[in-house]
Amino acid sequence: MIPGAPRRLAGLLRKEMLQIWRDPSALAIAFVLPAALLLIFGYGVSLDARNVPVALVTQRPGALAASFTGAFAHSPFFRPRRYLTIQRAERAMAARRVEAIIWLPSDFARRAAAGGDSPIGVIVNGVDANDARLIEGYVQQLWAGWLTRQAEARGRPPPLALAVQPQVRFNPAVDSRDYLVPGLIAVIMTLTGALLTALVIAREWERGTMEALMVTRVTIREILLAKLVPYFLLGMGGMAASVMIAVFLFGVPLRGSIWVLTGASALFMLAALGMGLLISGFARNQFVAGQIAIITTFLPAFILSGFVFDINAMPAAVRLLTHIVAARYFVAILQSVFLAGDVWSVILPNALALAVMAVVFLGLARAIARKRLD
Amino acid sequence: MFGQVLALIVKELLAVLRDAKSRMVLIGPPLIQLMVFGYAATFDLSHVPIAIYDQDPSQASRDLVARFVGSPTFHLIAMLRSSHRIDALIDSRQVRLVLVIDRRFTRDLLTARPAPVQVIVDGRNSNTALLTEGYANTILTDFALAWQQAHGAPPPPAVLDIRARYNPTLSSRWFIVPGIVALLTQVVTLLVVALSVARERETGTFDQLLVTPLRPIDILLGKGLPGLLIGGFEASVIIAAAVWWFDVPLRGGLLPLYLGLLLFVVAVTGVGLAISSLAATQQQALLGAFLFMVPSIILSGFATPIANMPTWVQDLTLLNPMRYFLVIVRGVFLEGDGARALVPQYWPMALIGLASLTAAGWLFRKRVT
Repeated sequence: MIPGAPRRLAGLLRKEMLQIWRDPSALAIAFVLPAALLLIFGYGVSLDARNVPVALVTQRPGALAASFTGAFAHSPFFRPRRYLTIQRAERAMAARRVEAIIWLPSDFARRAAAGGDSPIGVIVNGVDANDARLIEGYVQQLWAGWLTRQAEARGRPPPLALAVQPQVRFNPAVDSRDYLVPGLIAVIMTLTGALLTALVIAREWERGTMEALMVTRVTIREILLAKLVPYFLLGMGGMAASVMIAVFLFGVPLRGSIWVLTGASALFMLAALGMGLLISGFARNQFVAGQIAIITTFLPAFILSGFVFDINAMPAAVRLLTHIVAARYFVAILQSVFLAGDVWSVILPNALALAVMAVVFLGLARAIARKRLD
Repeated sequence: MFGQVLALIVKELLAVLRDAKSRMVLIGPPLIQLMVFGYAATFDLSHVPIAIYDQDPSQASRDLVARFVGSPTFHLIAMLRSSHRIDALIDSRQVRLVLVIDRRFTRDLLTARPAPVQVIVDGRNSNTALLTEGYANTILTDFALAWQQAHGAPPPPAVLDIRARYNPTLSSRWFIVPGIVALLTQVVTLLVVALSVARERETGTFDQLLVTPLRPIDILLGKGLPGLLIGGFEASVIIAAAVWWFDVPLRGGLLPLYLGLLLFVVAVTGVGLAISSLAATQQQALLGAFLFMVPSIILSGFATPIANMPTWVQDLTLLNPMRYFLVIVRGVFLEGDGARALVPQYWPMALIGLASLTAAGWLFRKRVT
């Protein structure tokens, strides 16, 4: 290194800090954008079906039918409405007033008393397939509970040969917000990390101040380092703000240690900033840099990270593609650290992958920057 | 007068389509997104890795295990010999579900007592957990009913006969792909329209436009109609891809669909023009478009149902044109809805379009004078 390097670096760092401090847009991207996005997503995105409007059609009222339909009134999952005929219920479903129909035909009680296996019609609106599956699951649970109570009341042996004991680890209430919010943090920090560096450096190119920097004696490594350090700190600040919102506003449990969270976030932030540096190496105006940042980081992080769509369910080719999305590894770590604790068998391989990606992106950004200087 | 507006429309289309970069933005990302969303955005589960700990190896338990192995939903990766690996397998996410067959399984089955089985699910992804549990329950219930029938036990008084209307195999692709029609139409239309006025203002040609005999309303028309044309074209391409590439059934007519599309694009164009009139530079316009787009996609019911949102957020979505158009595309594609059934979706969009266009016209005139 040339003598005077530390002093030059310190000068550059000071310049970057001043630039951030005087121009509110970097601070806005680092703090306001993540907070605003987290609030919109946190309130807007939920997969829990509660209070599903469901049509109950009892063609011949009786004690047995009433005991079954009564279970719907007490379930937090359903908001039952009664219809007199199946035709009216069908019309209500076509008009989207109800999501499902429970239909007890007129011979329901007779067949139940005669030989059993009396059919209960369950018609679910399948347009939203995910919702429909959840509703089916709730109806099945309700039915199994009703069968058991019926048998107990009559002193009969239990109606089903199996006693299933379900146990949902880490999220016993099966609250979708607890798993979506940690994933959201990864998606949002991908966007801010890449946008921060990509936009800010593209702006230097646009204004011609990058060339001005290059004619001085500072090396390209010093320029990159001086860019990296302040934005790394800003990004970590945004990360801390997001975690606070998750824990204190949305009440997501944080079961792992804060140190693991910080370490993983630091690795991820390096990868995201590296990606941003790389983008800014290609695109030298803010419009293109912004577009590329959104398309190459935000959308993959949203769709391919496993944050809402399960990676196991994707076709093999797409599954392969998810391996180059940094957010994928961070989502896995976050979901474990928040809900399960410090599970090293999840954290170590994913942290390693993040470290590799950070090195590759930063190295590529460095290589491209050198070429441009020649 | 009409000839002049037409000339402006042609000029506007040329400005967008001749520049290689903006042509790219119009063609590349939407196609990539269509493919990625169409294939990756699925809630359907298949090959869920599971492990089974069978403490009572017997004919009955082998039958049950075979049902899990034969299901396309599950992929058995380990038969456990003891319970101590269960935690490690779940914690490390190697398996999402562990089925534990109790030691008393066969004995209880034969003595007509409920035979205990334990289903342990990884709840880190709560949606997958619920669906996995649902699939496992279906298999277990089927097994129980079949066993009772085979061994002459009395059947339960009533059984469920579950059917899904409109989407019998419950494929989430049928739900997501029509949604992409709405999503990408909004993105493309908004970008084209929002950047149009801002671009002219940035390059200084806006002043030239103002000294022509065109009235502000003509300029507004000339700026708005290209977005309408491009949005309509893009939507048609995606609708074709949905039908012929992704095999989503189109059960309704094209007329109710395109009526909805027209109203939707008009509403989005109004929003785009309002953003464009407010912005001084393309970057501000882009930021404005982004600020409108992200919440409008999240709060539209595209991926997660509006009914699950808190009430105040649900009220907020009433202002979102995409919310109505999503109901229309899904209604026409899957439920075969006609125009009459969709009137409750049409008029709010028309109202939003009217309001946003009026606002745009007002902002526009204010900026002009």
